[in-house]
Amino acid sequence: MFDQLMGGFATALTPTHLALAALGVLLGTAIGVLPGIGPAMAVALLLPVTYGLEPTGAFIMFAGIYYGGMFGGSTTSILLNTPGESAAVVAAIDGNPMARKGRGAQALAAAAIGHFVGGIIGTTMLVLLAPTVAKYAVDIGAPDFFAIMVLAFIAVTSVLGASRVRGFASLLIGLAIGLVGLDEMTGQQRMTFGSLHLADGIDVVIVAVALFAVGESLWVAAHLRRNVSEAIPVGRPWLGRSDLERAWKPWLRGPFIGFPFGAIPAGGAEIPTFLSYVAEKRLAGKHRDEFGKGAIEGVAGPEATASASAAGTLVSMLTLGLPTTAVAAVMLAAFQQYGIQPGPLLFQRESSLVWGLIASLFIGLTLLLVLNLPLAPLWAKLLRIPRPYLYAGILFFASVGAYAVNADVFDLLVMFVIGVLGFVMRRYGLPVLPAIIGVILGPAAEQQMRRALQLSDGDLSGLVNTPFSIVVYVVIAVLLFFPLIRKAIAPKKPTTPSAPVREEV
Amino acid sequence: MTTWLKERSELGVSAVLAVLGVVVLVDALRIHTDFAQRGPVGPKAVPVVVGVGLLVVAVLLARDVLRGGRGEAEGGEDVDLTAPADWRTVLLLCGAFLANAALIGVVGFPISGAVLFWGAAYALGSRHFVRDPLIAAGMAVVTFLVFNNLLGVPLPGGPLMGVL
Repeated sequence: MFDQLMGGFATALTPTHLALAALGVLLGTAIGVLPGIGPAMAVALLLPVTYGLEPTGAFIMFAGIYYGGMFGGSTTSILLNTPGESAAVVAAIDGNPMARKGRGAQALAAAAIGHFVGGIIGTTMLVLLAPTVAKYAVDIGAPDFFAIMVLAFIAVTSVLGASRVRGFASLLIGLAIGLVGLDEMTGQQRMTFGSLHLADGIDVVIVAVALFAVGESLWVAAHLRRNVSEAIPVGRPWLGRSDLERAWKPWLRGPFIGFPFGAIPAGGAEIPTFLSYVAEKRLAGKHRDEFGKGAIEGVAGPEATASASAAGTLVSMLTLGLPTTAVAAVMLAAFQQYGIQPGPLLFQRESSLVWGLIASLFIGLTLLLVLNLPLAPLWAKLLRIPRPYLYAGILFFASVGAYAVNADVFDLLVMFVIGVLGFVMRRYGLPVLPAIIGVILGPAAEQQMRRALQLSDGDLSGLVNTPFSIVVYVVIAVLLFFPLIRKAIAPKKPTTPSAPVREEV
Repeated sequence: MTTWLKERSELGVSAVLAVLGVVVLVDALRIHTDFAQRGPVGPKAVPVVVGVGLLVVAVLLARDVLRGGRGEAEGGEDVDLTAPADWRTVLLLCGAFLANAALIGVVGFPISGAVLFWGAAYALGSRHFVRDPLIAAGMAVVTFLVFNNLLGVPLPGGPLMGVL
């Protein structure tokens, strides 16, 4: 394993690949820092940039975009008090008050170093864990895969979001879009309505960009705020001795909360960042009163957690082909673009690519720290971009991306239709993530199910004939019936209307 | 009656889900399975499940809306939900997007992309009649050169690039 990792570094440290990683970090941060653009949209919009590259170079650049986009999100969160992504919601609680007190530079430094530490620890755990998971996953069969995918569907609709029926509506829309094209097993046309354009199916990248970027632009256009809030100007990030003394423990604690949550399909960084915040508040001792008013621990811990959880999502994405967050979903789409199917065999078949990718995660994180600390004042200026240009630019690059997939105008029209769908979903509170997961995992889940039933000769017990799949279905049942169980335990608990947390992608 | 419907416009989402469900089901039932089917489960099964699921969710959503449930419109830093929906902006933006789709094959990306950017910026309220088109043209040409010549992602150059 160590040899392979070193081989990965040898791949990633060539001048071309190093330049690609640096370019990825810069582009990812620049796009991710723009208000209204979270890491998933940043990654989806920047995907076409990598189309012309060979797979290894493309994924090395991609790793940079990924971490850059994540860090960009927390910059927006701290300086504008508007979380660029759900993972950065917690960082705004204390990061923004810090910025308003004139300690924005320290908040950004705490976030940047937190991202670095969390990412390094998380990626190290990925290195240690992923090959083992992949080794065991090689032995799991079609029924197990199907069960895991059903779990992903249920988790993404039930754990997140306020309304389950709306989550399921979104998931089913995604599954329906995923049906379009030729059936992989029999070559039968489905939902193509006789159109040759649709016979290849609708490209996942187009669906993702349409739902994220086009839907978002149209939705913002309908309710554009004419007086935008001012971003707080910031100097070069640095940390004093007392800040460092307060921040180093949260940096080290966060990853151990974040990584496990990232690896399981439980909605990414939202839950662990919150847990980390609560934990830091408990442990803060004499600084506890500062929480909510600008405690540096409240930035350092959750940011390290978010970064490690991102590494955790890569475990299930690379070894099982199972995306648990919107960013991972777009990354999976990127793999498929190159005809590479993430899963247990990836570590055997594409060994040099995977280890090159993992090595470039380390390199990307280091570049992130080296480039972004000095460049922070520049990134902060990006927050002042006039909104008409921002959303015009989003539509512009969405169109470039959709067109670049197949060089076909038809794709632009498909993107428009799905973009309008994304608008309607935002208007009526249908979450976007289940739809994306449905489009990506739907076809794979169908294949696994049919393969499992083929082996059992059509007997439905073929779906539950392994211990692993039974365990997964029990977990699914608990998730599904959890609200009922909770109701039975605490019948008179008043339902508090939770503050709407914006799920920005 | 109209206010009743207006308050429950989310029923429209139910209707869309139901229509989509019917389309999926009708399309599934049309698939021939008598030949080429491998294994006990053919290409029909999943579309039928998805179609039925869509119909069920459509009914459940309608029930939820009639009982007073409302989907929460998504907020955001640039979104002012207190203002009524600005349909003129949305339609202009759609127009700019579709203009690019219509023009890209005819005049090439450097021109159609500029039309898209300027049109979208105009739709969103930018009224700098010198700066906007200059930025739009610059964006379109630079993006074309970067993608087409530098990154190896082909975009149609159109007559303009034929001249240059």
